Amino acid sequence: MIEALDMGKHAFYVWGSYGVTLLFMLVEVILLTTKKKSLIKSITRQIRLNRE
Amino acid sequence: MKYFTKAYWLQLSSPKTFYPVAGKWIPLFWVATIVLSLIGLYYGFFVAPEDYQMKDSYRIMFIHVPTAWLSMWIYIVMCIYAIIGLVWRTRLSNMMAASLAPTGALFTFLALWTGALWGKPTWGTYWVWDARLTSELILLFLYFGFMALRAAIDDPQRAARASALLAMVGVINLPIIYFSVKWWNTLHQPMTVDATGKATLPEAALISMLIMTFALWAYTFAVSFMRVRNEIIENEKGSAWVTEMMGPKK
Repeated sequence: MIEALDMGKHAFYVWGSYGVTLLFMLVEVILLTTKKKSLIKSITRQIRLNRE
Repeated sequence: MKYFTKAYWLQLSSPKTFYPVAGKWIPLFWVATIVLSLIGLYYGFFVAPEDYQMKDSYRIMFIHVPTAWLSMWIYIVMCIYAIIGLVWRTRLSNMMAASLAPTGALFTFLALWTGALWGKPTWGTYWVWDARLTSELILLFLYFGFMALRAAIDDPQRAARASALLAMVGVINLPIIYFSVKWWNTLHQPMTVDATGKATLPEAALISMLIMTFALWAYTFAVSFMRVRNEIIENEKGSAWVTEMMGPKK
């Protein structure tokens, strides 16, 4: 299994491609979840303020 | 079956109805993304044989080709939503167009990035100003322009209209990207797989590319639904249904 993942002298190019792709996709998801949390927080606070 | 009635699909175009529906679909798209990626990567790394000319660097194709395809497809879908929003003034379609743009830009960047890392060991250079690479770079700027224009105009209706016009003009770039390797003498090689189904790669490599493309589609649905849900509650935060949904439970 492991030998199949040995990219020889192309390791930098292959893993650089897959690594950056995975990293950016993860960053996108993290940004979206953080944004969702902050939106919910500010909206619920606004609702509470309006009730008072 | 409610799914076969026109009323069901019409009411889905309202942000209020779409919000919970999108929420239900997101986990399914995540499962699809993970399962398909694992299968696609398995085919790409363990089944597909090493290329005798390009050696292992050709495995970059299994991520490069899907990101490049998606960068163009997302643009088309984004543009269709923008046009629907322009013609029928539906808020949800404008929000969907806006939600697709960042992911489209991401895939365009990744297509350029993985292309550069493939080009270095194969052509001996990261970048050349040939027709394929340049038109793909223009696509990236079109996405940025679309997002910047929306962000720059305060009135959401006007922002949607202006950015829809930009997106429509930019469609001209898509056939240029697609046919560039046929129309001009480019350093970029001819299409690995073209629309007529002719292919120049081993079967396992093609399977990998295809499954990775579906995986990225599932990813695109998952993140754009997450983003559109954010857009919906941000745009409708004063409305009764958002207040009811997020307010303290009685």
